Amino acid sequence: MSIARFWRETPRRYNLGGSKCTTCGTTYFPPRAVCPVCPVHRQSIEKMIPFQLSGEGEVLSFTIVHEAAEGFELQVPYVLALVKTVEGPVLTGQIVDAAPEAVAIGLKVRATFRKLREEGKAGVIHYGYKFTPADDPSFATSARGPPVPAPAENPPRDRARA
Amino acid sequence: MKAGIVSYGAYVPRYRITPAEIGRVWGSDGESMGEGLNVRRKSVPAPDEDTITISTEALRIALVRGAIDPQQVGAVYVGSESHPYAVKPTATVVAQAVGATPFLTAADFEFACKAGTAAIQTCLGLVGAEMIRYGVAIGTDTSQGAPGDALEYSASAGGAAFVIGQERVICQVRRTLSYTTDTPDFWRREGQKYPSHSGRFTGEPAYFRHVTECARRMMETEGTTPADYAHVVFHQPNGKFPQRVGKQLGFSDAQMRYGLVTPDIGNTYSAAALIGLANVLDRAAPHERILVVGYGSGAGSDAFDLETTDEIASFDRSHGRPVQWYLDSGTEIPYAVYAKFRGKIHMGEH
Repeated sequence: MSIARFWRETPRRYNLGGSKCTTCGTTYFPPRAVCPVCPVHRQSIEKMIPFQLSGEGEVLSFTIVHEAAEGFELQVPYVLALVKTVEGPVLTGQIVDAAPEAVAIGLKVRATFRKLREEGKAGVIHYGYKFTPADDPSFATSARGPPVPAPAENPPRDRARA
Repeated sequence: MKAGIVSYGAYVPRYRITPAEIGRVWGSDGESMGEGLNVRRKSVPAPDEDTITISTEALRIALVRGAIDPQQVGAVYVGSESHPYAVKPTATVVAQAVGATPFLTAADFEFACKAGTAAIQTCLGLVGAEMIRYGVAIGTDTSQGAPGDALEYSASAGGAAFVIGQERVICQVRRTLSYTTDTPDFWRREGQKYPSHSGRFTGEPAYFRHVTECARRMMETEGTTPADYAHVVFHQPNGKFPQRVGKQLGFSDAQMRYGLVTPDIGNTYSAAALIGLANVLDRAAPHERILVVGYGSGAGSDAFDLETTDEIASFDRSHGRPVQWYLDSGTEIPYAVYAKFRGKIHMGEH
């Protein structure tokens, strides 16, 4: 991924910045400029506001990766999960600090800040969210940053893979 | 001094390795080495953790605990000797990741193991001069010793973040002072992966001289004796040096008890004294006096005469894990996994 593209996605990757439709209340991650749920899509334009996810959620489904994607060789076997956030959106992300056998559907997780990949030894380092078991109910949810600016147009589709 | 500690948070990576396991690989008596150093285990960062991620985790905890709006943070300083980039500040990523950007000043500090305490002093100045509302000082390291070197038995990873301000201060800073000389006890040249040290020279003329001179000057200036402090925290490159320097200065084991965390997590370098202080603050009641004396090779000591306030009684520590959790928990890994995680295995060029 190019440096510029990753940099544009920083508010999402660092701070889980999404959007919310003020008409129907649906939340989106990554942020959308138009609400596809509202009957008249056009009416939702200008009514979408920045909204940040808390980082809390639970594992909806997961897979154990044995053949690593480039840059993940040191971490195999690792868990890639669909995490249903408490706000609604489902995110794809890696589960860290847990043995694969400890991960199960329904496991409560929280977002954590980790290194996603490096562009070689001399290149830029990309950071963003992953998930870790919320094994201690008193553990803080991430301090969230300020709302990200509302997107001017539909952002490029981001599958938010960690 | 009006400025003080408003909030704090600490973070230690999950993995641990024992000195016995390290010694097993190098054919030395690791268990005796660990006993000599008073280090039972040391923390190891996961492959996707570095000074930036650890600093961010610690600061997020601190901001939630103190209910601090990140946009009110006017400075973020990260002290470390293991910044991921030689050029590109750790502090910019951390500030962005907690939502403190863009109107703030940020920089990386380096002074061996005392860069974090130097950052606290800088924040005290900025907050005291009312140039900023809150300043953030972080001490984090993911340091390494060369394979087989004595440092490998203790060099670990962790971080602690302190928010400095003038409102809702939980721990007042009565005074801070420093003692600095040119002492070549430990260094790492540009481009070198592992640090070098001058063996026994790191003891008497370096650590012990700087810590004792700084602590004594602080007590002379404040008109105090060791008996006036409920807790004392020293820099702790191992578990042995702080105990010895504490005894030299006249402190008891009880006063040093909570400030000494290295035996369970190893030497977290820039974070060592700060995680010790966080452990003390996890337990402190109002109006307890705390002496903190950091040390950084090269060399210098920063001393802080602190006193908890009534605010600490209502400080919400429920967010984030207490330091004791990190001391008690962890997943032990064998040396081979440790070598993989720490990049000690040559993987070829990608």
